Formats: sequence, structure tokens, C-alpha cells
Amino acid sequence: MFSNPRQDNKLKFGLAINEALHQLMESDPSVFVIGQGVKSPWYVGNTCNGLIQKFGEARVIDTPISENAMSGVASGAAMNGMKPVMNYPRLDFMYYALDAIMNGAANWRYMAGGNANVPAVFWGIINRGGEQAAQHAQAIQAIFAHAPGLKVVMPSNPYDAKGLLVAAVRDPDPVVYLDDRWLYGQECVVPQNLYEVPIGKGKKVRDGKDITIVAISYMVPEAIKAASQLAKEGINAEIIDPRTIKPLDIDLILSSVQKTKRLVVAEGAWQSFGVSSEISQLVYTQLFNHLSAPIEKVCLPDCPAPASRSLEAGYYPKSEQIVAAVKKTLRGKI
Amino acid sequence: MEKDLLEKIYRRMLLIRLAEECLIGPILSGEVKTPCHLYTGQEASAVGICAALSPQDIVFSNHRGHGHYLAKGGDVEKMLAEIYTKESGCCRGRGGSMHLMARECGFYGSAPIIAQTVAMATGAALANSIKNNGQIAVTFFGDGAVGEGIIYESLNFAALKKLPVIFVCENNLYSTHLPITECRPDVPLYEIAKPFGIAAAQVDGNDVLKVYDAASVAVENCRAGLGPYFIECLTYRMRGHVGPDDNIQGQHTDIRPDDEVEAWRKKDPIAKFENYLAESKIFEKNDLEKIKQETAAVVEKAKEFAVSGPRPDINDVKKYVFES
Repeated sequence: MFSNPRQDNKLKFGLAINEALHQLMESDPSVFVIGQGVKSPWYVGNTCNGLIQKFGEARVIDTPISENAMSGVASGAAMNGMKPVMNYPRLDFMYYALDAIMNGAANWRYMAGGNANVPAVFWGIINRGGEQAAQHAQAIQAIFAHAPGLKVVMPSNPYDAKGLLVAAVRDPDPVVYLDDRWLYGQECVVPQNLYEVPIGKGKKVRDGKDITIVAISYMVPEAIKAASQLAKEGINAEIIDPRTIKPLDIDLILSSVQKTKRLVVAEGAWQSFGVSSEISQLVYTQLFNHLSAPIEKVCLPDCPAPASRSLEAGYYPKSEQIVAAVKKTLRGKI
Repeated sequence: MEKDLLEKIYRRMLLIRLAEECLIGPILSGEVKTPCHLYTGQEASAVGICAALSPQDIVFSNHRGHGHYLAKGGDVEKMLAEIYTKESGCCRGRGGSMHLMARECGFYGSAPIIAQTVAMATGAALANSIKNNGQIAVTFFGDGAVGEGIIYESLNFAALKKLPVIFVCENNLYSTHLPITECRPDVPLYEIAKPFGIAAAQVDGNDVLKVYDAASVAVENCRAGLGPYFIECLTYRMRGHVGPDDNIQGQHTDIRPDDEVEAWRKKDPIAKFENYLAESKIFEKNDLEKIKQETAAVVEKAKEFAVSGPRPDINDVKKYVFES
């Protein structure tokens, strides 16, 4: 089975995805990759390296710029026995595909009373910063998670990137797989075999007792940095990476907050009506009497992404904002 | 054409007509609430196209989908039960009139979001092409659908990849309640396929044999690997956009001129085909009458099945969102 060369068993994010795609396509002839730019590293980095040489243009399909139809095409192929991985090299173009994904694929099984399904993966890459402004920046996991028939995953490291992609492709229902270009420098141990990270299972990234930080996608490495900083000040933070946005592993979050009695949710998406709000609501409902402080959210301000670097610098939260939020919840205790 | 096929075509057209018409009373009384976009008057289009397909070929449909479902071989009992929103329906009462499904005979679904299923059919054809199984996909849509951009994206991709898909536009002259002449420049509709180099034909959509002939050419084209085909069927709906007569909340919203409706009534596709069968002496009048009675009995039984079935249980409302 294909594996990318690694040092100390480690792989970077893009090559972990690449390895998953190779192994999935080797092991299942119904898996194929489709999307704008899958032939070109300019669009998809190294994630699709070597696929076209090995599997040919029939199963590695670079497409015209037609996100709506191509997403419907992926869905129709999925209904007809295939397992498409539809790539959007820039997530902002997925708005064009919302009908196909949210109105079509997401509703199809239900409308058919269980007599049909759409086992497609819609893989959007969040690609922001660098003065790219509002339409080259967005993270709209909340929109997808809002649709009852969609599962949504957001890996924060190469191990999960590979394992969640495998699980998403094998899932019998449509899965929206969202990763962030800012994570593509991440490197960690990635097993060479074809393994799954189960959809719906979060992970405790760091054990702690004073505060729970639920961090999503690129906020996970930021939370780890924040926790190191906090440790120097005697604050022991527990970090939970949900990995799957929907179905959310709420039990893992609840058991952590039950212990720490405090919660900060960190998500690189808009502050209002988002995944962070949903997590907060679920925790308030279940643990209202256990909380020692109001829940804090570390998110993007409710405004479109700006271009200018002077605005960008304050727009995207980093570890410092997480540290500040943690201290706010601990006010009076330390 | 062989007598068996002619009989099959006749039976299918009648089945559609009688199944649609049996819904008029229940719609007016409120017994059937799900919005029914009746197919009466357009039967030759669905039946002519589907008669040229194999059972494995795939059909996607739109909001006016009852005729497509039955033409592809969908079970009439399960269809009527679905329209009565019963657990015994083809979609267990979750889909209603606008979402029918009969995968066992290649009917892969219908949806009222205009032109949404055009891309799905293109995708099903892509899957056939990757699997190299010689099967084709068909998408039925109306004239109003050509206002949607996804059609052009799909035509482009299908032509680019030479996919075995037949685009069937049923031009009934009205985009809901707006004449198609008020929606687009006065250019023959099937010519939208031309810029993509897709072979296209316009046929009398009320003449089932002409539709069948056009479909046979298209099917052959697709099976030979020559790429997609576009067929425009000129037809007319004899009922309202939705429901029997477009009397919505007491207002008569059907703006179609009486003489236009009357002129098309004279071109009824079933009457036309009956005349052909009788005049060409393939069937005796008595044979046709017998088929009518048999079909009426089938529909009567199907309606009883629909009426007598249970509605879904509220405790199951969240079932079928995901596999598990």
C-alpha cells in the first residue's frame, strides 16, 4: 500500500491527506477525486501528488469552474455507486455549491424515506490571511452543521487529517470535510496503514484541571501554545479537540467541564450564531449549576475579513486571546 | 414497432393519466395536501423517452415527476401511497408528491428545486462512464429550468467528458405562470445545447412515437460513446401548474388563454396514440377498451392501497436523516 516517505514516522498535513487519497483509491475502485485544480499543486498543494499518474484522468477529474453543477455531479455519482471526494481549493467558492450540498445531498436520504443515500465527501480548504480580504477567508462550518443531513469534520493535525478523510469517504452519508491552510505546516506521527479516526469522536489533547478549552481546527495549536503560557502562571488547562463538528462529541466536553467548571471555546469563525455558540448552549443546558464562571468565546469579530495587515493582525485570534479569555473566566480565583 | 411495445407504451400512458386524474377529487377535498404538479397532457414525453431505455438506465426528474416515475416502471401503489403521505409510500411519506424514488427500476429521484437534478443525472452518467457499464442517465426538466445556470454548467461538463446523459426539456410553454416567451429571447429552446456541440432535437412531445424515435437516436448516441444528447419535447399541461386548475385561495391564476388550452386539448397525446393504434389496425377498439378497463382497475386498487395505509408515526420523525 502506498505510503509517503517520512522522517521519525512523521508527515506534514498535506502529505497525510495525500496518503489517505492514495490508499483509499488503491483499496476501493469506487473512490475518485473531483474538483477545480486537482491536477495542479497551485490549487491543492501536495494533497493530490501522484494521483493522476497512478489512477488516470477517469478517477482524478479536474473540472471547469462550476461549483454548483460539479457538486451535483458528485452527488449523482455517489447515488450511482461511487465515492467521490469533491475538492474546493478555496472554501469561499462553496457558497455556489450550497444548493447541491445542503438542499440536495443533505436532504436526499430523508426525502427518500431511507431508500437512497449520497456517500460523497465535500472537502473545502479554508485559505485566509495574507491580505486576501473577505472572499478569500471564510470558515462556514456552522452553515453546514446547521443542515440536519450533513456531518462536518475539521481535523487539526496530520494524524486526524488522514484518519478523518478515510472515515468520511467510507461514511454512507454526505460529509463536509474542512481543513485550514494554516495547518498545512503541522507535522506529527502518521501511521502508514489505512486507519480511521471515527466521526463523532473528539480527543483530549491536554489534561488539565483548572479550565477546559474547546478548540477547533487551527485554534488547537493556538490553544496548546496558550496552555504552555498558562502553565507558567500556574494555570492547568485541559484542551478538547472535537475533531468532528457534527455529530459533536458533547459527552467528552461535558465530562471535562464537569471537572474544571470553566469553559473557553476557541473557533476561527464569526462570533455570532456559530459552532461556539452551540457548544456554549449545550454546556449551559447540561451543566448550569456546575459552572463557576460564564463561558467565554474566542472567535472572529462579526465583520468580514479585512485586507490590510493592520486590521488582519487584530482580526484573527491567536493564543494571546485564548490566554486572556481563560484569565477572565478565572478572575477572582487567581 | 412490435405490438408488445406499442401495448406497453399505451398502458403506461393510460396508467399515468388515470393515476393523475384519480387525484383530482382528493386534492379538491383536501384529502391530498402535498402539492401535486400533475402530468396530465404530457404523457407522451415521459413514456416515449423511457420506452427507449433499459431498466438499468437511470432517470432523474423534477417537481412534475409522477409521469416520469411511472414511465420508468415505478410501482403505482407506492406512488399513490406516497402522495397520500403514507408509511407505505415509496419514500415512507417523507417525500410526498415532489420526491419520488424507485431505485429498483432506475428511477433515482425527483426534486422541485429547478434543475438541481440535471447535475445529479450528469453525475450518474459520470459514474456510468467511470464504471464503463454502457448505461445512461436521463434528466427531465421543464422550459422554466433553462433559466438556471446549473443547466449550462452541466451541459458544458457533459459535453467536455462525453458523458452518456440525455437532457430532456419538456417545454410546456409556461415557467410556472409566466409564458416562456417572457423568460427568454425568442430562440428555439433546444439550441441552448448548440454552443456546447451537443446533438439536439426538437420533437412533437404529444406524439409518443416521435418522442420514442428521437429517444432511440439519443440512446444509441450515448451508448456509442458519442456523448450527451438534448431533446426538447413540445407539449402542454392540461391541468394547473400545481393542482387541478390553479384555483389558489379562490383566485383563478391560470392565465393561459382559453383558445390556447382548447387547441392543445385537441392534441391530447393519448387520444392521438389511440387513433394511430386503431387506424393502423394494430389493435381493435375492443382491445383498447379492455386495456383501459384493466388500467382503471389497477389504479383503483392502488388508490385503495394508498387510502388504507397508515401514516408515519411521529416517534419516527428523525429516522432516515443518516444511515444510523
